[in-house]
Amino acid sequence: MPATAPPAADHALGDTIIEMRHVDKFYGDFHVLRDIDLSVARGERIVICGPSGSGKSTLIRCLNQLEEHQKGEIVIDGTAVHARLKGIEDIRREIGMVFQSFNLFPHLTALENCMLAPMKVRGIPKAEAEATARKILERVHIPEQAHKYPIQLSGGQQQRVAIARSLCMNPKIMLFDEPTSALDPEMVSEVLDVMVELAESGMTMLCVTHEMGFARKVADRVIFMDAGEIVEVAPPERFFTAPQNERTRKFLGQILHAQTQAH
Amino acid sequence: MSYEFDFADVFAAWPELLQGLLNSLVLSALAMAIGMVVSVAGALGKTSGPGWLRRIIDEYIELIRNTPFLIQIFVIYFGLPAAGLKFSSNAAALLALVVNVGAYGIEIIRAGIESIQKGQVEAGKSLGMRPLQIFRYIILKPAIQAIYPSLTSQFILLMLNTSVCSAIAASELTAVAGDIQSRTFRSFEVYFVATCLYLGLSVFFWTVFAGIERAFLRKPTR
Repeated sequence: MPATAPPAADHALGDTIIEMRHVDKFYGDFHVLRDIDLSVARGERIVICGPSGSGKSTLIRCLNQLEEHQKGEIVIDGTAVHARLKGIEDIRREIGMVFQSFNLFPHLTALENCMLAPMKVRGIPKAEAEATARKILERVHIPEQAHKYPIQLSGGQQQRVAIARSLCMNPKIMLFDEPTSALDPEMVSEVLDVMVELAESGMTMLCVTHEMGFARKVADRVIFMDAGEIVEVAPPERFFTAPQNERTRKFLGQILHAQTQAH
Repeated sequence: MSYEFDFADVFAAWPELLQGLLNSLVLSALAMAIGMVVSVAGALGKTSGPGWLRRIIDEYIELIRNTPFLIQIFVIYFGLPAAGLKFSSNAAALLALVVNVGAYGIEIIRAGIESIQKGQVEAGKSLGMRPLQIFRYIILKPAIQAIYPSLTSQFILLMLNTSVCSAIAASELTAVAGDIQSRTFRSFEVYFVATCLYLGLSVFFWTVFAGIERAFLRKPTR
């Protein structure tokens, strides 16, 4: 079956919002992404998994051009993106990104972290930015932490502030780069719960994660990557029960074994 | 034979000493303020400017850090007029202090900028912020917090360096002390008083720096 299989979603999907065509990326001689073809519909939820070094983080980091690609085409909501694109900031502000290491601004409170970009990038007045930030901090279940600094929050709280910070820009797409990998086990679920709620709200999401329970629950398609290639794309049901590729089966065997051991 | 201490002549000249003290304070404070701007701008240029600008900043830093401050003053005060740039001794002193502290300040602030994790910049970029916005709102404050002790030490050195400006007859404390000394021949007494006044200036600036830190640069604690 082709790698660009149409999504089999149980909810309505819109037009294409992300299109990657024959994308290649190199770090020097190292071929990180090989001939990536991927089309994502508005409202679609995609989970990307694969062994470390398989290129999954690089793939989503190319979408907002934190990483440059060398060949092929990436089109975000109708605009072809590349690093020297004038106004790349206008594309980036429509794409929220959540990082493994949170990357909150340490000198700003949770609330200020959420207000900075809306005020400086979108020119939203302070009072309005604050009202939105408070509403969204409530949505990620930490309104009472608004005036705390990142260092005063737990990992799970920090990651939820980071999600709120992205949501305050009212993005069209959300990228998650291993959002729970740096968390203590007891904090994983509070972050995943927020992500599930976000998925249910209709947000277009691409998540690099090994949380297979999350993938089963919300993904429209699961992508398996290995050695810079998209090896398999399938709806979660088929991905987990009948993986087609030998490498997918081996990976799933390892990761599901590890997760059963852990839980 | 024994030396008889006599501070009367020195104390009689207190209006001059006070004026010298004030001039040193103003000269230092101005040089710190302008030097800070030069340092931040230079550090920005050095960390994210185009190649030619980085090379110019590097040359400037090496030139200043590897030559004596007294010579730098002489070049500005006696040398530049040959090129048509003539300054009063006070203006030349201020310029020399700024040029000097800028070279050290750029390196200090650059170290602060480089201590900021790459993820901070990526977070700013992913929110759609422009490079200058990322520098101003995300990098600058944590960078200054990280190197504030080095920066303030450098500024105290700048204040002490103002005494070298007496060599071009800038009207600061050391020059005033020299005048009083040549008039009264009370060398020990006048320089003893000057020492106390410089110590007082240091205490004043350390207090101001600590206040700035408390008001603007305090890091949150757990």
